[in-house]
Amino acid sequence: MIAEAEPRAVGGAVFRRPFYILLAIAALAIALMLWRFVAGLGATTALNDGYPWGLWIAFDVVTGTAFASGGYAMVLLVYILNRGQYHPLVRPALLTSAFGYSIAGLSVVIDVGRPWLAYKLPFFWHWNLRSVLLEVSLCIMSYTIVLWIELGPAILERARGSSISWIRRLGIQWLPAVRRSLVWVVAAGIMLPTMHQSGLGTLLLLSGPRLHPLWNTIMLPLLFLISCISMGFGMVVIESSLSSRMLGRRPEMGMLAGLGSAMRPVLILYLAVRLIDLVVRKQIDQLFAFDIFSIMSLLEFALFFGALSLLREEYQRRDLGTLFRASMCMLLGGALYRFDVFLLAFQPGPQWSYFPSVQETLISFGLVAAEVAGYVVLINWFPILAGADPSRLQRAPAN
Amino acid sequence: MGISRRSALKALVAAAATATLRRRKAQAAAVVARPDAVGLLYDATRCVGCKACMAACNKANDLPADTALSSGLSQMPVDLNERTKNIIKLYKDPASGEYSFVKRQCMHCLDPACTSACMLGALQKRDYGIVTYDPDLCIGCRYCQMACPFGVPRFEWSKVLPKIVKCELCNHRLAKGLNPACTEVCPTGAVIFGKYTDLLAEAHRRLEQHPGRYVPQVYGETEVGGTQVLYLAQVDFAKLGLPAYSSEPVPTAVREVFQEIYQGIVPPIALYALLAAVLTRSRRQLTGEEPETEE
Amino acid sequence: MPVNNNSPQAETIGEHLVRCGVSRRQFLEFCGRLMVAAPFGLALTQKARAAEVARDVAQARRPSVIWLHFQECTGCTETLLRASKPDLSELLLHLISLDYHETLMAAAGKDAEDVLHQAMEANAGKYVLVIEGSIPRKDDGIYLKIAGQPAQQMAEEVAKGAAAVIAMGSCASWGGLPSADPNPTGAVGVEAVIKSGKPLINIPGCPPNPYTLLGTVLQYATTGTLPALDELKRPKFAFDRHIHDHCPRRPHFDAGRFAQQFGDEGHRQGWCLYKLGCKGPVTHAGCSTRHFNETVDVWPIGIGAPCVGCTEQRIAFRVPMFQTVPIHDPTPPDTYAPITTPQGYVSPVATAVAGLIGGALIGGGYVASRKLGPPPGKDDAEEQPPKE
Repeated sequence: MIAEAEPRAVGGAVFRRPFYILLAIAALAIALMLWRFVAGLGATTALNDGYPWGLWIAFDVVTGTAFASGGYAMVLLVYILNRGQYHPLVRPALLTSAFGYSIAGLSVVIDVGRPWLAYKLPFFWHWNLRSVLLEVSLCIMSYTIVLWIELGPAILERARGSSISWIRRLGIQWLPAVRRSLVWVVAAGIMLPTMHQSGLGTLLLLSGPRLHPLWNTIMLPLLFLISCISMGFGMVVIESSLSSRMLGRRPEMGMLAGLGSAMRPVLILYLAVRLIDLVVRKQIDQLFAFDIFSIMSLLEFALFFGALSLLREEYQRRDLGTLFRASMCMLLGGALYRFDVFLLAFQPGPQWSYFPSVQETLISFGLVAAEVAGYVVLINWFPILAGADPSRLQRAPAN
Repeated sequence: MGISRRSALKALVAAAATATLRRRKAQAAAVVARPDAVGLLYDATRCVGCKACMAACNKANDLPADTALSSGLSQMPVDLNERTKNIIKLYKDPASGEYSFVKRQCMHCLDPACTSACMLGALQKRDYGIVTYDPDLCIGCRYCQMACPFGVPRFEWSKVLPKIVKCELCNHRLAKGLNPACTEVCPTGAVIFGKYTDLLAEAHRRLEQHPGRYVPQVYGETEVGGTQVLYLAQVDFAKLGLPAYSSEPVPTAVREVFQEIYQGIVPPIALYALLAAVLTRSRRQLTGEEPETEE
Repeated sequence: MPVNNNSPQAETIGEHLVRCGVSRRQFLEFCGRLMVAAPFGLALTQKARAAEVARDVAQARRPSVIWLHFQECTGCTETLLRASKPDLSELLLHLISLDYHETLMAAAGKDAEDVLHQAMEANAGKYVLVIEGSIPRKDDGIYLKIAGQPAQQMAEEVAKGAAAVIAMGSCASWGGLPSADPNPTGAVGVEAVIKSGKPLINIPGCPPNPYTLLGTVLQYATTGTLPALDELKRPKFAFDRHIHDHCPRRPHFDAGRFAQQFGDEGHRQGWCLYKLGCKGPVTHAGCSTRHFNETVDVWPIGIGAPCVGCTEQRIAFRVPMFQTVPIHDPTPPDTYAPITTPQGYVSPVATAVAGLIGGALIGGGYVASRKLGPPPGKDDAEEQPPKE
């Protein structure tokens, strides 16, 4: 087993051409976001009264937070199921999550029509406690803060080594307190995503009469929760392999292969619940009706089954390429499931059509680019990634 | 010490599973209208399609008319929208010539989906059971639009400072002792205003006395748990764009989920405490000291 | 034509009609037409039958009317006389005692001035002052003098003894044609000049319908009250609606049938004249229901000429005749929205962009996956998966 190295800042050159490309795309997105506030939603999006929720909700918020469930999944695995050997993967997963949730929060701000009244959200005397969306938004807002606190140690450790004296003092002063609070913070960091990821599924239960029967089930919250855990693992694999590759390091194959086998029970559980639910609700006929709904459902199943079959054997899980492809299948399957629920199963009537406008797509794309760019900057400047540069890698005696 | 991690986890999973998998039918409590509930009764057989109600509604609500399709000349919306709280539509079957007008506006449901959806309670069922809208509590999230089974709330897409727009039964006029504008101008009495119980009785009376004239159903009596706007027609309601919804109120499924899973605030708090207890055992790992590997 | 009857004011209209041999049928017809012209808003005509109106009118004293002319074309006088039935104009002059009228009276010169003063004295406080034409104010009002007296002065003087002042026609109401740009004489309506505090009624129009004047004057004669006025002091019974609200061609407007050019097919068919610049939607008047000369369709739109908005100060002689006006109060047309209308637009460009980005990401991901890690079998000995 490779001796675990402490997390340390990569300290490499950040400002290279690919980074600038990411920044350019992100800058374009920011310009378009400003334009959205100047011109209004009607002028910049293709949203309409039939489809009031479109790409920004279905992708940026719902799918984006599921992609950003790496932190949740890894914390569950490492600190609840006590698989300490995956510990080095926790911080990068938390970083991805923190960015993912922050971007999701930003997407909400540009999507809602009256964001200046958002300050009233903490006014608990106005809370409608029956509202699913209230629960989801409060949980997401709190969880975003929790994620950044969970990253606190990484940031403060870096601050401790700073040459600027007040930053150094800040780091020294706050690090112990933040570390001590971690039990309570991480507990929240498990409870909050459990609540709101299932809540995201519950949202469309309120559209029940207009939700296609292939997806309209009381199991929606559970299915969203299970799939988000698998997507979290998938994202950890992808992000870990890509950053290793980018930094010229050896991928942490042992851990990743282990994650591969951890994914299996989650996928099996998801597929089981989904299939049993369809059988119990007598929708198997619908599943094979081969209309657009049936085809998309089958595609979802294909992606999840595909992921499962790519992870079946040990040697597959140990091949990074296969593992990567399996993770992509999981992410795509989970994303497709969410898109299907929010945009396909939701049936306002045949007279309505929607496809995201160019601005919507570019803003979403730009936000993802900003997220990647931010990730690159932070892993370079802060002790997030474990594993030092290859020259200092030690090999422990084989067990 | 204390609870072993394994058994704690097992208990957790079991609890979650039983909570989610147990499908207890939500108490089918019949939705009852408030004693002061008011509503509209629209009798499509009496409507002649004059659309005076459309013009009156815009005037009473100080809403400029939607003239987009007529280059500014006439009020010609194709659907409810940010300038149209009330619309007359025509159903016509070219083959058989069967036709009927239908008036669409907010149904003021007895158990509305929109009020369940709204985060800060901008949409609420208030005096007389009217579903009112308060823009000062509205963030513009549009969840109400996703929720409403009749597609009633419309959003001011064209505005930079948008609001939700929907019929509020002229509650500003009711406060002054006037009736809703649409009912005041209707020349044939196709749409009338009154106490919900009176209107429901009147609708049934008409069905009884003229059975051949109507489809034998008062639409809105049971659909989605009942609505305070009732319809009578001589053609199938589905042809008029009024779907055959079940009598289950729309928020039922969400209520089931919330009740089953949350059952108040206790389970989440208990879960949090349990998690914190479990995490305490991994404290050293959490705080960044040497990693623990344990069974 | 008997004018300027100097009968004692003790005589009622009914007595006078009898004395002058006016037929009852003619009188009843007139009353009926007055009811049609003023269907609501005028207390005088809120009766079930013409005979009841006739009874009320007959009992009234013949009102004394002093009629002054200033910057006018005499059209407003003509409108009173241009009845299609010659007897009617005669009847009108029996109903009111037109004690001073420069166009119609026989006297001239000094005699005319005397007639005015006598009429003013004899009926002081009781005569109705009707003013036709605008009043010039520029350069101390030298642009119109009658008997050496500027119009402004004359108007104020005569108004002093009047029971009510009626500004007949657009010129008297707000300045009319003489007040059009550049208004070289400083022409204004009566309201701007007469400050005596007398009840003032504006009856704009170029010319107005004579029944509006008659209804007002006769109501005053029968009940001593004046009809309800709007914020511009126009009688509501005649000016509360736009032409557009009561136009016989409105169904064409609502159906989108417009004459596009003079003489084209639509014009010949009698379609709506909105596109030719009809000011009906912004003009308050009753022409669309009353027409003129007691003949159906004898009114501008009826003969195919778009309304020019002659009653409105902001429209007449200001907005070009053939320029279209905005519709401030749009109402639904005669078409219907179907139960469902396709809404929402799927842009092919947007689809392409989304497809490209999505495809690039997925494709890129797949390509990246092929480049990742050593092929299976190589470094197995060095890495074991973590012990469960």
